[in-house]
Amino acid sequence: MSELAHGTGGLIPAAEVPEMELPHPHGWWSTYVFSQDAKVIGIQYSLTAIAIGMVALVLSWLIRLQLGFPNTFTFIEPQAYYQFITMHGMIMVVYLLTALFLGGFGNYLIPLMLGARDMVFPFVNMLSFWVYLLAVLVLVASFFAPGGPTGAGWTLYPPQAILSGTPGREWGIVLMLLSLCLFIAGFTMGGLNYVVTVLQARTRGMTLMRMPLTVWGIFTATVMALLAFPALFVGAVMMLLDRLIGTSFFMPTLVEFGERLRYGGGSPILFQHLFWFFGHPEVYIVALPAFGIVSDLISTHARRNIFGYRMMVWAIVIIGALSFIVWAHHMYVSGMHPWFGFFFATTTLIIAIPTAIKVYNWLLTLWRGNIHLNTPMLFALGFIVTFVNGGLTGLFLGNVVVDVPLSDTMFVVAHFHMVMGVAPVMVIYGGIYHWYPKITGRMLDETMGKIHFWITFLGAYAIFFPMHYLGLLGVPRRYHEIGETAFVPASAGDLNAFISVVALVVGAAQMLFLFNLAWSLRHGRASGPNPWRATTLEWQTPETPPGHGNWGPELPVVHRWPYDYSVPGAKEDFVPQNQPDPSPSHAARGLAT
Amino acid sequence: MNTALLHTQAARPPGWRGVVADWSSDQRAFKGASWGKTMMWIFLLSDTFIFGCFLLAYMTVRASTTVAWPNPSEVFALEIAGTNFPLLLIAIMTFVLISSSGTMAMAVNYAYRRDRVKTTALILLTALFGAAFVGMQAFEWSKLIHEGVRPWENPWGAAQFGATFFTITGFHGTHVTIGVIMLLIVARKVWRGDLDQERPGGLTGRRGRYEMVEIAGLYWHFVDLVWVFIFALFYLW
Repeated sequence: MSELAHGTGGLIPAAEVPEMELPHPHGWWSTYVFSQDAKVIGIQYSLTAIAIGMVALVLSWLIRLQLGFPNTFTFIEPQAYYQFITMHGMIMVVYLLTALFLGGFGNYLIPLMLGARDMVFPFVNMLSFWVYLLAVLVLVASFFAPGGPTGAGWTLYPPQAILSGTPGREWGIVLMLLSLCLFIAGFTMGGLNYVVTVLQARTRGMTLMRMPLTVWGIFTATVMALLAFPALFVGAVMMLLDRLIGTSFFMPTLVEFGERLRYGGGSPILFQHLFWFFGHPEVYIVALPAFGIVSDLISTHARRNIFGYRMMVWAIVIIGALSFIVWAHHMYVSGMHPWFGFFFATTTLIIAIPTAIKVYNWLLTLWRGNIHLNTPMLFALGFIVTFVNGGLTGLFLGNVVVDVPLSDTMFVVAHFHMVMGVAPVMVIYGGIYHWYPKITGRMLDETMGKIHFWITFLGAYAIFFPMHYLGLLGVPRRYHEIGETAFVPASAGDLNAFISVVALVVGAAQMLFLFNLAWSLRHGRASGPNPWRATTLEWQTPETPPGHGNWGPELPVVHRWPYDYSVPGAKEDFVPQNQPDPSPSHAARGLAT
Repeated sequence: MNTALLHTQAARPPGWRGVVADWSSDQRAFKGASWGKTMMWIFLLSDTFIFGCFLLAYMTVRASTTVAWPNPSEVFALEIAGTNFPLLLIAIMTFVLISSSGTMAMAVNYAYRRDRVKTTALILLTALFGAAFVGMQAFEWSKLIHEGVRPWENPWGAAQFGATFFTITGFHGTHVTIGVIMLLIVARKVWRGDLDQERPGGLTGRRGRYEMVEIAGLYWHFVDLVWVFIFALFYLW
């Protein structure tokens, strides 16, 4: 193991690692379809996630049509409405956001940003995508199964999830749970690759404390996912057994239509604990990559080094760790012991500290920066605003006494759409506008991009801001229609109609984005290797788009941290990470590990 | 600049900063660990959470059920010549499985000495122990099923007894079975000399290395360790 004996005896270790074995493609199939190249796998992940995301988008339209104009679209029956909200939620959280951030951005960026030729085990990585695709197909199959997809709500709470009366009780719930198990298996294969690549396959000079924050975010989120998904896996397996062979893990004694069911003695709260032990880290599994990417976007497009890099790293790690001990703040009204509420409210509010550190550091990075308001930057700024907004309502909902009356109202819907719906999606768009030139060699169209941003950003506010107000009025979530109630004024209906119209427009603007993706592939302006004049390694590849193996005969050697923008005395306003440094003062900063 | 790089590797600041410097140091966090071994360790960490969740769920339903839990020393007893021997079968099963960890450790040792014959023999012995364990588990399952235990009911008390028992021992038994298959594949590679010649694997195309034996061993020891917890929580509680 000569490659491991480095750092001793004054030898400079080789950047190249003999452990890396690249399976070179032979022909079209192994180049584009069964590719073991992390970049191709990343694109496959992204396109699949976007495709299933379109299904979720259409579902959200249907939901809004029903809420905005009740009794108008009679084909949206109550049963169908429950199926729409369930599938919309599950697709967005798991199959779009998780897959796109970790499978998509993770695969494409981790090896490039670390100066590796590929992920450590390319075959397992390829398998990860195909199992993910299978999970998506099983999920889609539930739309065509008898009885349709499950309508249990995205949290799939038993006992109602598997009782008659819940739509999709026959096939939908079974396919949903199977699909989740497959997703977890597929994700584990990819996730192990991402973690080991970050820990063990960096190029020379790339210490962990010189990694771009994007990689830090994706890395921490992946570690979290590897520890959080097991709880969902266990919950899904047990519910499958409850549904299919009649065990009673989660099922108490029940009477249905005057008849006692075979179930008895199980604990529905147990499922909630398992689900949210996954479910809350999941919020940060989505948010941490977003934090990382947005840090890099802001630093690059404001031409300023990130403020407080070490603090940003620690904040990511601390948020990741804390997010494992806050899960029961989703269960204040579940009937668990009130003392737990006290504990979980405290931990929940503590998370606000590292999160606030990150927000302040972003603002201080922007402070007196040379801000370029191009599309990626606009989306990054949009993220900060929507995330702070959603985070503030999180402080409301984290407190037991405030949460109890607001629970199951539109306020909650507005909160989580703002904080983990709109905000991460903003970052995904920002990231795609930012890295599209590296992936294709062409720029996305800026005019279309800006139209897309403004409609999406303003639209998101027009949709979710009034929703807070509806929630404070007491409008419940998950209801097919409100009907006439004493506490909800008639004007709430007008507001709902307004929200629905905006939602349709915002949805349509996403088509413009898809058009832009396709159109710019051929007609976009040629970007050159480094259109944003960015410092990180992926912009320093010998080819654009990078070829298989990413680098030429020599791996890049890293000499500095990734944020040397506007360095006084430097020739350009950025110094790439792999550039040897003439100026000792800044080298010292990068090396301060 | 090379001297500067070396400096970061050589000088280790005191206290917490030193710990961080070690973990975040150049190229690799774990200097002596290969990629395969690192990946197996992290996978096992993830798998620990799966078994942890299963066992915690079991403890929860057992603590919260309103019906009495069946008495393990009667349920798992083996009747020989008219006498009930509590925990006899499970003692043999546990002994066999723990022994297999010993033979596995010896196989790893001989693998690093490049002793093809002894390595193969010890891996096969380990696999045999594993198969014997699964066989005895199948016997225990069929005995319980014969006595009327089902995932949804049993003659003695809480229905969750059968549900948790079959689910968790089944999940563990699946792990052992996968381990046996993995060991057979590794044994074949060792025996054919694939690892001496670093012949690429048929599926992944990666060069075969003797380290493979140790990685399989990590998994095997993990499965044994998990069994200790299952044993304690199901049979001794």
